[in-house]
Amino acid sequence: MQRRDTRISRGRFLKAMGAAGVAGSTLSVLSACQMNTSSTGGGSSGGGPEEKKLNFYNWSDYVAASTIPSFTEKTGIEVTQDFFSSNEDLLAKLQAGGSGYDVIVPSDYMVAIMIKSKVIQKLDKSKIPNAKNVSADYRGLSFDPKNQYSLPYQWGTTGILYNRKEIGQLDATWDAMWDPRFEGEVSMLNDTRETLGAALYKLGYSVNATDPEQLAEANAELQKQKPLLRGYFDSTEARPLVQNGDLLLGHVFSGDAFVALSENEDLDYLVPQPAATRWTDTMCIPATAPHPDNAHKFINHILDANVGAKLSNYTYYNSPNGAALPMIDGALKDLPGYTLPREVFERLEVIEDTGETTREYERIFTEVKSS
Amino acid sequence: MGLAGLLTPVTIWLGLFFLIPLLLILAYSFGTSNVYGGITLGFNPGNYLRVFDPLYLEIIGRTFVIAAINTLICLALGYPLAYFIVFKGRRWRNVLILLVMVPFWTSLLIRAYAWVVILSGNGIANKALQFFGVTDEPLDLIFTTQAVMMGMVYSYLPFMVLPLYAALEKFDTRLKEAAQDLGASRWHTFWRVTFPLSMPGVIAGSILVFIPSAGEFVIPDLLGGSRTVMTGNLIQNQFLQARDWAFGSALSVMLAVLLLGAIMFYIRRVGTDKLEGM
Repeated sequence: MQRRDTRISRGRFLKAMGAAGVAGSTLSVLSACQMNTSSTGGGSSGGGPEEKKLNFYNWSDYVAASTIPSFTEKTGIEVTQDFFSSNEDLLAKLQAGGSGYDVIVPSDYMVAIMIKSKVIQKLDKSKIPNAKNVSADYRGLSFDPKNQYSLPYQWGTTGILYNRKEIGQLDATWDAMWDPRFEGEVSMLNDTRETLGAALYKLGYSVNATDPEQLAEANAELQKQKPLLRGYFDSTEARPLVQNGDLLLGHVFSGDAFVALSENEDLDYLVPQPAATRWTDTMCIPATAPHPDNAHKFINHILDANVGAKLSNYTYYNSPNGAALPMIDGALKDLPGYTLPREVFERLEVIEDTGETTREYERIFTEVKSS
Repeated sequence: MGLAGLLTPVTIWLGLFFLIPLLLILAYSFGTSNVYGGITLGFNPGNYLRVFDPLYLEIIGRTFVIAAINTLICLALGYPLAYFIVFKGRRWRNVLILLVMVPFWTSLLIRAYAWVVILSGNGIANKALQFFGVTDEPLDLIFTTQAVMMGMVYSYLPFMVLPLYAALEKFDTRLKEAAQDLGASRWHTFWRVTFPLSMPGVIAGSILVFIPSAGEFVIPDLLGGSRTVMTGNLIQNQFLQARDWAFGSALSVMLAVLLLGAIMFYIRRVGTDKLEGM
């Protein structure tokens, strides 16, 4: 899903490397070795105390500079951070077994898949007292209704970053992305669910639609839109293009929008109506984690009010941590779309796994892109 | 005994890192993808039937056309360059051929990103065009089909030049002199003597360019804004987005089979009769 790297457009780079390139295979071999050596010291099972190590598998550029050092200082546990570039990539690693990771950061819909494929373990809440800091809005979401397996890391929305100076204030709808006036100046996300989702929202349907007729309508809607688009970009690619004036409107993740907004006052971000996506990245512990105790400590650390605030002040995404909210930068909170009115928030939808229909979604997006 | 001993490491290497993965892909291509990732092995020809969806056939067809165009452009640009380096390069020969290889010192991805920087709206190319008064407004140089084509020619040109260089370097210039002494014009000499003798280089270069072009997926994404889908992108999506490894494997096998067929056809048509005529 590729939404995290707020500052550097590394998402596509990592994805491309991992998928095939020679450099990519070297990289994954190297990281596999690294993970192996760091988990061979034992302490994986049995009752004895764990070695003071933790393997954190995260999206790139998705922790504040102080997040990990403050954990090591407090607990003496050394953290090795490694990066993945898509939820599917993460799932494949876990399904291959013995990944060596202790804490992972899958997105919402992927948590449901991981629970079903039994690759993550139940959390022991007694070891995570800070779980009480999580606001009610980010608990018990459909992918893990009782938070038995996951606790939220960051959340955000998917909306429209646009150049207000050039095109004026827009209504909060999806229509601008289909407006012929902006031909060649618009980009949609190179993300199947988000871009099909935008078409479904515009038509008044759910982002999790499985009705073939609704999907066919969304397909037609996207084919109609394609001639107007400059391209399908990752959020991190679209942001600089809108910032530089190469594009007037870009379909982006909120964190990228907020980075752009704080650097360029001509821009604006809107969360379209009737609905838009809210996504949540969560912390989970793989079933095969070599250091589950340390993992619980780490999750507890992230949910600390101070640590949580520093994290969100760095990523520019929203914090699910209610206790951290008072410490979020005022400038960030004032950006349009960061603090959402209740009625807008309630209309946001969570992307869920669509099971068998996933293939149909993929086929439609391929059809649109190659039309 | 000596040779067999020397061949053992490469046999083990290729067996482990080439043959086994290839067989795995073949096995996967007949498996069934589970809805929640992973694969159940078995004999399920359905993945191959799905390849015959007109949508996917069109993408495969388009991929071959793009790869063929890229090969022709690389040949048209690369041949004069190799010819120049061999016959006119004199003492600069080695330096010039080294320059052709310089781009390999950095990763393809980094070079592709460099093109993004060069071609973007306020990139170097647009600044230069505006400076020289060619245009007032920045042109849409990037995220176009032309940008994809240019990126591919740029990336694969050395693969064409090097085998052509190797073929031409072995060329005995006395044959040229002989042809001209016998009254052939320079043009005639080239087409009847030099070019046919460089055919092995043309074939090797074309194959070296065509195969990776047909599997390309980074350049259409980075320089084309993902507006064009090539087979490589389609395969990548099956693995990284759709969680459909079986279909992705079937597509990979189909691509490999089609490439093999295309190359055998090419060598038969262009290759052997010319080569045997030598």
